[in-house]
Amino acid sequence: MTGGLLTPPEPSVFGPLTRTDIVRYQGAAGDMQPIHHDEGYARAAGFPSVFSVGMFQAGLLASWAADWLGPENVRSYRARFKEQVWPGDVLTCSGVVAREYEDHGEGRIDLDLVCTRQTGGVAVQAWATFVVPDIG
Amino acid sequence: MANADAVGRPGATFVMDVERGKIREFARATGSRHPAYLEDKQPVIPPTFLTTQLIWQGGEADVMQLAEVDFERGLHAEQEYIFYGPPPRAGAQLTFSSTITDMYDKQGRRGGAMTFVVMVTEFRDEAGRLVAEARNTVVETSPAAEAQP
Repeated sequence: MTGGLLTPPEPSVFGPLTRTDIVRYQGAAGDMQPIHHDEGYARAAGFPSVFSVGMFQAGLLASWAADWLGPENVRSYRARFKEQVWPGDVLTCSGVVAREYEDHGEGRIDLDLVCTRQTGGVAVQAWATFVVPDIG
Repeated sequence: MANADAVGRPGATFVMDVERGKIREFARATGSRHPAYLEDKQPVIPPTFLTTQLIWQGGEADVMQLAEVDFERGLHAEQEYIFYGPPPRAGAQLTFSSTITDMYDKQGRRGGAMTFVVMVTEFRDEAGRLVAEARNTVVETSPAAEAQP
């Protein structure tokens, strides 16, 4: 196995998050749940403002990993939603290699991933497996 | 409360066309400018792209609704995508259907009961081969466990 490829790139930083970012994601995903873009609706439901879609920050975190190891190489991605994300938040996506191994003659790599808010709170924790064609 | 009788009862089948423009839109919306999405004529899908199944399914047959999950008290807890080989590309036509595979209770930290509901969606290609699977876990809290915004 070679070393260089498996050194993670710099974390990605996204934000400050705008309502436009949230709406752009909702349109792309086909999820128009109003609590994420309708201020009156969110307040009536007891929230201080609209808040982001969990799958949006899960998508940002997946992008960080797939941009690094290649979108065609992903074999699994599991995201756990932790803290709520709000407009104005700055999100940082990063990860580490948890394991390198061979499976059915293919080189594989497991990643531990995290998307944190500017407070240090964890918005999304995730685990991913990629094929790494050059090893194994 | 969620209805445990819904476990194992398969939902309706839907057909989804994987489209280049939708992939481009989704990749940009999730902060990626990778050339594999933006320059390839038949781009591969982003890892969480299959969430766009929402656009292709009819709400009338949503298995979460059949399971009577109360979304006023429901939260998305986990989402997983598994690919049995390279992920699908633009031009693929996927057939998918969802099933509630599991439902279980846990005691919440604040004392209320939490009901976890797991929905699995299988995506098959034109040849009927299973190419991807989505596992969606939602948690329904009892009123006592509620409160945090």
